[in-house]
Amino acid sequence: MTTMPTTFLKSLNWKKVLLWTGVIFLVLFCLAPLLWQVLTSLKTNDAIAKLPTVYFPNSQQLTLDHYLILGGKFLRYMLNSAFVSFTSTLICLAVGAPAAYTLARLKIPGEQIILACVLVVSLFPYVLLFLGLLELVKFFGLGNNYLSLIIPYTAINLPLTILVLRSFFQQLPKDLEDSARIDGYNTLQMLLQIVLPMTIPALVTTGILAFIFAWNEFIFALTFITRDTLQTIPIAISKIGGASAFEIPYGPIAAATILGTLPLVILVLIFQQRIVQGITAGAVKG
Amino acid sequence: METDTIRRREKQTGWLLIAPALLILAFVFLYPIGRAFWLSLFTQNLGTQLEPVFSGFNNYARMFGDGRFWYSLWNTSVFTTISISLELVFGMTFALVLNQAFWGRGFARTAALIPWALPTAVMGLAWAWIFNDQYGVVNDLLFRLGIINEAITWLGEPTRAMFSLVVADVWKTTPFIALILLAGLQSISSDLYEAHAIDGATPIQSFRQITLPLLAPQILIALLFRFAQSFGVFDLIQVMTGGGPAGSTEMVSIYIYATVRRYLDFGYGAALVTVTFLLLIIAVAIAAFFLSKSRINISGER
Repeated sequence: MTTMPTTFLKSLNWKKVLLWTGVIFLVLFCLAPLLWQVLTSLKTNDAIAKLPTVYFPNSQQLTLDHYLILGGKFLRYMLNSAFVSFTSTLICLAVGAPAAYTLARLKIPGEQIILACVLVVSLFPYVLLFLGLLELVKFFGLGNNYLSLIIPYTAINLPLTILVLRSFFQQLPKDLEDSARIDGYNTLQMLLQIVLPMTIPALVTTGILAFIFAWNEFIFALTFITRDTLQTIPIAISKIGGASAFEIPYGPIAAATILGTLPLVILVLIFQQRIVQGITAGAVKG
Repeated sequence: METDTIRRREKQTGWLLIAPALLILAFVFLYPIGRAFWLSLFTQNLGTQLEPVFSGFNNYARMFGDGRFWYSLWNTSVFTTISISLELVFGMTFALVLNQAFWGRGFARTAALIPWALPTAVMGLAWAWIFNDQYGVVNDLLFRLGIINEAITWLGEPTRAMFSLVVADVWKTTPFIALILLAGLQSISSDLYEAHAIDGATPIQSFRQITLPLLAPQILIALLFRFAQSFGVFDLIQVMTGGGPAGSTEMVSIYIYATVRRYLDFGYGAALVTVTFLLLIIAVAIAAFFLSKSRINISGER
C-alpha cells in the first residue's frame, strides 16, 4: 500500500524534472543569442573588449552610445525595409487571394498542375533565381529601384499565401456563395463583398508571414540595390564596418540588430498564435 | 444550355483571377530557371567581352574538372546532412516539450518563434560575435568551465568554422521543424497512448510505436522544406565566414554567387544554377514519392 504512492511520486517528479529541463533549455537556446546582443549593445566599448567577459556590467560600463551613433541614417533603412515589406505584402494579398479563390472554388482545367507548380516553386532557393532576375532588372532598368525588390518579394510569398488562403476558402460554407449567386451577385462581386470580408483573419495571418519574409530577405536586396540610402535592414546591418577591416564595431552592430529586429519581435509577441497557425497551415497543407 | 454559359463564364473569371499571380510567379521563378538552362549553353564571361558565345556543353564539361565546384558540393552536403539531422532531433525534443501542459507554455512558444522570425543575415553576425576568437562568449564560457586554456579560433579553422555554421543554422531553423512536428503531435489522439499504456507499454515504446509512425508525414514535410533551404543556404555563410577559411565552408550557393558577381562568368554561373536545380528537383521527387507512400496527399485532400 505504501510503495504505490511513493513510486508514483517518484515517477511524477522524474517526469517533471525532465520536462522543466527541456523547457529551460528551449527558452535559453532560443533567446540567449538575442539577449547577448542586447547586453552587448548596452555595454561601453571598454566593457565589450574586457577579459574575462563582463556579464553583469556596472553603471560605468553601460551606455546608449551605440544606439545614438546609428543616427538618422538607420531610421532611413528602417523606413526602406518597412516600405518594401509593406507594399509587397499588400500586392501579394491582392494578387494571391483571387488566385486562391480560383483554385478553391472555380473549376479551371489544369488546376492540379498549377497547384503542384506552386508547391515546387516554394522550395526553390533564391540563389537559383538571382542570375535570371539580375538580367531582368538590368533589362528593365530597375537597378536601385524598389520594384526590383517588391516584385520578387511578392512572388516568394505568393505560394504560401495561395496555399493558406485556398484551404481557408475551402472551409467556408458553400451555401453562402450559392445564395449570393441567386441574389444576382457575379463571381467578382461575391469575392469582394462576401468572401473576402470573412477571410480577414486568414489575410492577417498570411500578411504577417509575408511581411516577415520580406523584411528578412538578403540576396536580392544585396544584388539589386547598391545605393546606400536605398538599402534595407539586413544589408545595412551587414555592412556596418569599423575604421579598419580588423576592427569590427560589435557595439553598433548589436544596437542595430536590436533596433532592426524590433518590429519582428513585436509582431511575434502580438501575433504568436496566428504565426504558428500560418507556418503549420502552409507547410502541412503544402 | 444556361448552366453551360454560367460554367464557361466562371471558368473565364477563374483564369482572370489567377492570371496576375501566375504571371508574377512565371517572371520570378520560371524565367530565371529557364534562362539559366539556356545561358548554360553559352560562354559569357570577361574572355568573351561579356557577349554570349554558343559553346554547347562546354560549361558542363568544365564543371567535371572543377575541383572547387566538387568541394563546394561536398561542403553543402556535409552542412546539410549534419544540420538537418541535429534540427530533427532538437525539433522533436522541442515539439514534445511544447506539447505538454505546463505553466508558462505560451511564453515558451513565443520564445521558440524568435529565432525563426529574425533575419538570418543579421543573426549570422550575432553568431559571428558569439564565436569571436578574442572576445567571444563561447570561448569565455569554455574557459570558465576549464575546458580550454587559451582562446581558440572558431571561424578561422575549417572544421570549427563548419561547426559554428551548423550551430547557428540549428538555432535559426529548429523552431520551424518543432512547430510542424507539434502540429502533427496535436493531431494524434491521446486515446492511443492510454490504450497502449494499459497494454503495458513504456513511454519510450509508445514514442517508437505510435508517435514516430503517425508523425512520418510531418517529419518528411519538414525534412523536404529544410533540405531545399539548407541546400541553398546563402545568407548565413555569406555573413559568418564568406565561404572561408580557404574555401572550407564554401557552399554551392556561395560559389554560384561569386562566379556571377565577382568573376562575371555568367555562362558558367548559369550551368552551376542548372545543375544545382536538377539535384534539388531529384531530391524533391524522391521525397514526394515517400510522402505519397506515407499515405498523405500532398495537397491535403482526398
